[in-house]
Amino acid sequence: MRQTDLAIIGAGPAGLAAALEAATAGAKVILLERDEWLGGQLVKQTHQFFGSKKEFAGMRGIDIATHFSEQIEKNKDIEVFTGATALGYYEDGVLTAAYSGRMLKIKPKTMLVASGAMEKMIPFNNNDLPGVYGAGAVQTLMNVYGVAPGKRVLMVGAGNIGLIVSYQLMQAGIEVEAIIEGSSQVGGYWVHASKIRRMGVPILTNHTILKAIGEEKVEGALITEIDENWKPLEGTEREVSVDNICLAVGLSPLAELLWQAGCQMEFSPQLGGYVPVRDEDLETSQEGIYIAGDVAGIEEATSAILEGQLAGISAARKMGFAVEDKKIEQIKENLKSLRAGPVGEHIRQGLAQVER
Amino acid sequence: MRIKDHPILSFAEGKKVEFTFEGKILTGKEGEPIAAALHDAGIRVLRHSPRHNRPRGFFCAIGNCSSCLMVVDGKPNVKVCVTPLQEGMRVQYQKGKGDINAAN
Repeated sequence: MRQTDLAIIGAGPAGLAAALEAATAGAKVILLERDEWLGGQLVKQTHQFFGSKKEFAGMRGIDIATHFSEQIEKNKDIEVFTGATALGYYEDGVLTAAYSGRMLKIKPKTMLVASGAMEKMIPFNNNDLPGVYGAGAVQTLMNVYGVAPGKRVLMVGAGNIGLIVSYQLMQAGIEVEAIIEGSSQVGGYWVHASKIRRMGVPILTNHTILKAIGEEKVEGALITEIDENWKPLEGTEREVSVDNICLAVGLSPLAELLWQAGCQMEFSPQLGGYVPVRDEDLETSQEGIYIAGDVAGIEEATSAILEGQLAGISAARKMGFAVEDKKIEQIKENLKSLRAGPVGEHIRQGLAQVER
Repeated sequence: MRIKDHPILSFAEGKKVEFTFEGKILTGKEGEPIAAALHDAGIRVLRHSPRHNRPRGFFCAIGNCSSCLMVVDGKPNVKVCVTPLQEGMRVQYQKGKGDINAAN
């Protein structure tokens, strides 16, 4: 059995930022990552980040991942296990993980779950047909492994992920037939949307997909215009010829471990599904269990980094390590300004519901 | 199909390895997920659903959705989207939920 101050599950932006903050405050950290590398979904994000300089604006996700990984590897207080899948957290405070064909047992004083999220699915005929891929999977295939997901893609969803992945598809030399969006407005930033439109790709709002066409794999899609109640408008159905249907319809938190550990959960549509109830320092209803990043509510990598910092430093303070209050206030201030404005409104609403 | 020209990314040549898919010899890059090599070879169907026998392919790429479970070197239920490709691997379709006793 391994003893440590803080065990972190997930080495994406939230987990990495948390590990560094907690170790800086003096805590011993064990970092568990299911994948064989550090960085989580940052490693496929080839676009430059927005926001302010101190939160890596102007850097590409892949470079942020490298930046963090280098610091983590140099840090003697952080022990990293890649290829390690957390299995459960038990009443006696033991965390287990599958690692290299055996079971790791860890008894941490505090724990941070930063397990991220997974792609959502929407209902339409044949939505299980090979060639219907999640947007994250498309990004992984083309940006990490250099394999084209298809020749011609229909993108479903005009949020930031749909817009950014469409642009990345075109960078990789793959055609984008259209982006369809069920609501009447583009959900993502207009700067991304205008870039896509300038490249000649239509963004069809008030549109949805009815069916994936093909026997063994996608050969096309049936799309339709919908009214304000999301009902198909008769006579507007049409077929598009594509070999890939990319779903960018949102993410849901990967919160299994938190359910299993007995954390109080609440459903928040604004945050992407069931998320843990938490206090302003990101501690859940189970004392000593913290959360950060998409598992705490779907946002993006910059807020995941800030939440990671906050949770890491809060866990360190709880264990009695000296932490400046000013530093915590500063991180909270940064999060607040990131979530200010109309784009962050749904996040603010969601948080108001689950913060205690 | 491999992406050749990219304005931001360059993809390492990598070490070419041979493996078999349903007895057919294919090549891929060592260490990339088995699913990436299969995709490059134009293979889209990775399994059939146990109950309704519907074709299933790549979907989440993070080892979460179970859409890509295959038999690798006799072992069933391998998530090929996150399993690194090695020289000489035998990749096969799996029947139903897979038979762990058949593993060698």
